[in-house]
Parts: sequence; structure tokens; C-alpha cells
Amino acid sequence: MATTQPSVRPMAGATPQSTGKRSSLGANQFWGQVMLYAIAILTALAFSLPFFWTVSSSLKSAAEIRQIPPAFWPAELRWVNYADVFRIAPFAKFIWNTTVITLLAMIGQIISAAAVAYGFTRFRFPGRETLFFVVLSTMMLPWQVTIVPQFLLFRYLDWINTFLPLIVPSFFGGGAFFIFLLRQFFMTIPRDLDEAAKLDGASSVRIFWNIILPLSGPAIATVAIFSFLQHWNEFIGPLIFLNTEDKFTLSIGLRYFMVNPFESDEPREAILMAASIIVALPSLILFFVAQKYFVRGIVTTGLKG
Amino acid sequence: MANQVLKPRTSWLGSPLQRREALEGYLWISPWVIGFLVFSLGPILASFYLSLTKYKIGGTPEWLGLANYQQAFFDDKLFWPSLWRTAYFSLASVIIGVLLSLLAAMLLNQNLKGKTVFRALYYLPSLTPVVALAILWQWLLQPQLGLINYLLGQVGIQGPGWLTDRNWAIPAIILITLWSTVGGGRMIIFLAGLQGVPKELQEAAEMDGANAWQRFRNVTVPLISPVILFNFILGVIGSFSVFSVAYIATEGGPNYATWFFMLHLYYNAFSYFQMGYASALAWIFFVFIFILSYLQIKLSDRWVYYEFS
Repeated sequence: MATTQPSVRPMAGATPQSTGKRSSLGANQFWGQVMLYAIAILTALAFSLPFFWTVSSSLKSAAEIRQIPPAFWPAELRWVNYADVFRIAPFAKFIWNTTVITLLAMIGQIISAAAVAYGFTRFRFPGRETLFFVVLSTMMLPWQVTIVPQFLLFRYLDWINTFLPLIVPSFFGGGAFFIFLLRQFFMTIPRDLDEAAKLDGASSVRIFWNIILPLSGPAIATVAIFSFLQHWNEFIGPLIFLNTEDKFTLSIGLRYFMVNPFESDEPREAILMAASIIVALPSLILFFVAQKYFVRGIVTTGLKG
Repeated sequence: MANQVLKPRTSWLGSPLQRREALEGYLWISPWVIGFLVFSLGPILASFYLSLTKYKIGGTPEWLGLANYQQAFFDDKLFWPSLWRTAYFSLASVIIGVLLSLLAAMLLNQNLKGKTVFRALYYLPSLTPVVALAILWQWLLQPQLGLINYLLGQVGIQGPGWLTDRNWAIPAIILITLWSTVGGGRMIIFLAGLQGVPKELQEAAEMDGANAWQRFRNVTVPLISPVILFNFILGVIGSFSVFSVAYIATEGGPNYATWFFMLHLYYNAFSYFQMGYASALAWIFFVFIFILSYLQIKLSDRWVYYEFS
């Protein structure tokens, strides 16, 4: 991949504190460093506090969560709140629906974005640059402009309240972001490899499948991660295209859970917090497992654009 | 003679070999072409046609000409307020957000130990799914029981009603947006840009006696100005499309205080089923965003510096 990963590069010192030359300044530099760490830690706290508060709230009892002043940490950890999420609302069903949609859409997005990117990198055809420019400009297209006719189209096809509107479009190009990312990567694979295979009589499908894809592991992983996040967390599509509880995804299910009293009358804030954590957890875990792919994906598509 | 026979026949499309290559190329990109026609271009054109009609689901479109646009600009009492509200939100969240992202990136660009841990902690909020984000902050900003007002109380400030207060609802949504975007992709992009600023330039400026601010203003900013522009344009498009947080946390309330343009469009389309009118709103939005992006790129000639141009 053409981009280097920011984290592994030596830092270019932008301030006097970090350039070695001034180390003789001593005390001044020391306090500069202390200030920097203080700011970095305070910022980290500001970003983390809401998570901490959500976790803490999710483990409180209905009484404790409404206590003033609030307790920072529950006296007794009520893990049963998490079980209650599944007892009160069909969350297992929501998870299943989301998994099915996410997996199928991911497969479609990866395969079709890779195929399109391959077409744009390895073949010369009239209008190639113009078409690629159109691909890129669709990144700027706000969803609102197409949502009404798309809804009418899916309604005409009788796809409303099925998973199809959330899956099928992924098989058609997979989105400009991913096409661009994969194209950038494919361009770094030496053409000699395809040429050699071509001389041996390999078809373009074979070259794509046996040479390009196996060499693109990291780029495919990046696409897979962002594709997962996109579909797992999608809100507007399911909101518009799904309308019965048995079809809901986690996002819509969580909102449904929030606005719908279900059977219980008691305050359910703690359970709502637990449900939010269940919904957010896969994305957060994914980040910890695959951090380097995040940076790569953002930097390639952001900067090289 | 023999030469002429052996020479491959060429048409305007080139040699047979080139034609074959072109054909294969078109085949490979055909999924995108079909997707673009069916899910992007087709709907854009269809929505333009619909915007000129009165169309309720189940009926037939009834030709209206420009009446929908006239209604939006002159008769719809929610139209202009929703647009101003969105502009207010967008301006504040983009300017503050881009600035804070740049500051966070500059902080991470220092020689801090545990830099990757800090980067991860700053980035995590941007991964929170939007529904969880809205629920979590609704709880944090709860006027009586929320943590934010409790902490404000500790330092002697009587916290406002936030999402339940007409005047504080938009600032609350700006706050939520900042939390979930400042450390996200925008910061990572700034960080990569900062790391591309050559160390020698900084040192040369320092040698010439430039202080930290002058070096930032005259070396760093010009060199990362294309990144700043990129983040601004995407920020404006993103913030003008503000929908989900407001829809989930306030449903446009209290008393229309967070009734952003997209909520107006959404309710017209999917609650009142005024598909024609909603399409007109979508087109107004489209043209508006287009002009805004164009202006930003035009104005950027004056402050964006491209190294190789």
C-alpha cells in the first residue's frame, strides 16, 4: 500500500519540546512535557467518561440509577440487566437479523468493489478516467437525494420489509469508498505478475482470483472492517425499509426498545444502557483487534483523494 | 503487399486486441455501472421528475410544475427555519470540530509516550453506533439525573435542560456531534498530514527565529491546507445531513428546536407520504450542497497551497 502508517513513522517534531537540540533548556522543557501529558490525559478522560458512565449506569438497579447525587460506581453490580435486555425485547432476533444482513452485504461489497477496482486498474477502455471521476463524485452525493425514489423502487419490487434493500445494492459496485481504496492498492501490485500469467494463457478471471486477490489481503481486510461497521451500525436504511419487529436490526431494535414501553412499567434506564452497550460492543472490539487497518483505510481514502 | 495484409485492422475503437481489452474492462466495471444507473442516477432523475408532481404513495403523479418549490420557498412555515437551524448547527459543529480535530492531531504528533493508546481513546467515540450514541448522551445530559449537570453543579453552575430546552437543544446536539467526530477519521487524516510536513522546514524556520505560533501559521498550515479544505468540505456535507441523532434523541423537538432540514424531508416523505414535495426538498438540498462545495473550492484558491502546482 502506498501509504505509510502514521503510528510507525518517527514523529516529525513540530514544537521545540520535541526537537532534541533544545534539551539543554531543562526546566522549561520539562514543564512543557508535563503540560502536554496533562492535556493529552484530560482529553482522553473527556472522550472516555461517557463510556464509563454508560457501563456504570448499565449495572445499576432501577432505584440506584435515579439516586441524587449519582453514584459513580454501583454498590452492587447487576449483571442481570444484560439478561433482561434479551428477556424484555427480542434482542437475539435483532442480532440474528443484523448478522445475516451484515454478512451478505459484506460479501457483496467486497467482491463487487474488488471486481470494479480490478477493471479500473488493469484494463484500458475509452472513458475510463471520466467514469472513475464519476465513481469518486458519488462519494459527495448525499443519501437524501436518492432515498425517496429508492424507496418507491423497492416498494414497486415488493422488497419493503425484507432484507433485500439492505443487501442487494451492495452487490452493485460496493460503494465509491471501497472501489477507490482497492484501486489504490491494486495499482501497487506489479503488472509483470499478470503479464506472465497472461502469457501462460490465464484468463482475466483467473488472474483476478489467483493473483490479485491473494496479494491484496491487507486491503481486503480494511474493506471488510469498514463494510462491517457500515452495515452493522446502519440506521437510516433499516428505519425506512423495515417495519415489523421480527425484521428489525439492532439499530432499529434499540430505538424501538427505547420508545416502546413493552410490558414493564418500572424505569428501564439501566437496561437501556445495557442494550446500548450490547449494540456498540462489536464495533469497539473490532477496533482493538484490527487497529492498524483502520488507520490505513482512513489515510488512503482520505489523503490520497 | 504482405505488410498490408499482416497489419492488424484498426477501427475507431483500435485493434481487435484493444477492443477485447476494452470490452473486458467494461464487463469488470459493469456491476458499478448498473448500480450507479439503478441506485444513483436513476433515482436522482426520478426525484427531479417527482419534485414537479404531487405524488402520494399508491396514487399516480399529478403534474404541478414548480408548485412544490414555490410551496417550499414561500408557504411552508417550517422550511426556512429548518434551513437556518441546520446552517447554525453546521457552521458551529464544523468550525469547532475541524479546529479541535487539528489540535488533537497536533497533540498526538508530539513525542508522547503511549501515543497509540491516546489515539485509540480519542478514536473510540466515533465508532459508537448512532442509536447508542443518542441514548447514551440523552442519559448524560438528563437535566436532573445526568452526569453532566451533576458535574456542573459541583463547580457551582446550574446546568441547563439541554435536549429538553428550546435554546439548549442545538448546542447539546453540537456537543454530541463533537464528542463523536473530533477524534475520528478527521483527526487521523490531520495526523497523517502533519506527519508529511518535512522536519527540515520546521527546523529551518526555527533557526530563522520563528516562534511556535509563526511556525504553525507559516509552515504547518500552508502545507496541510489541502487536508484542511478536504475536512471542511466533507464536514459541511456531513453536518448539513444531520439527521439520526436529532431524530432519535429529540424527534425534532422540543417545539421544533431541532427540526433540521433532513427531519423535515424525512417526515414529509415517510410520515406524511408527500413524495413529490419531499423530492423537491431533496433537490433544493442537493443544489444547495453543490453550491456550497463549489464555493469552498473556489474560495480555497486564496488559502490552499498545493506543493506541486
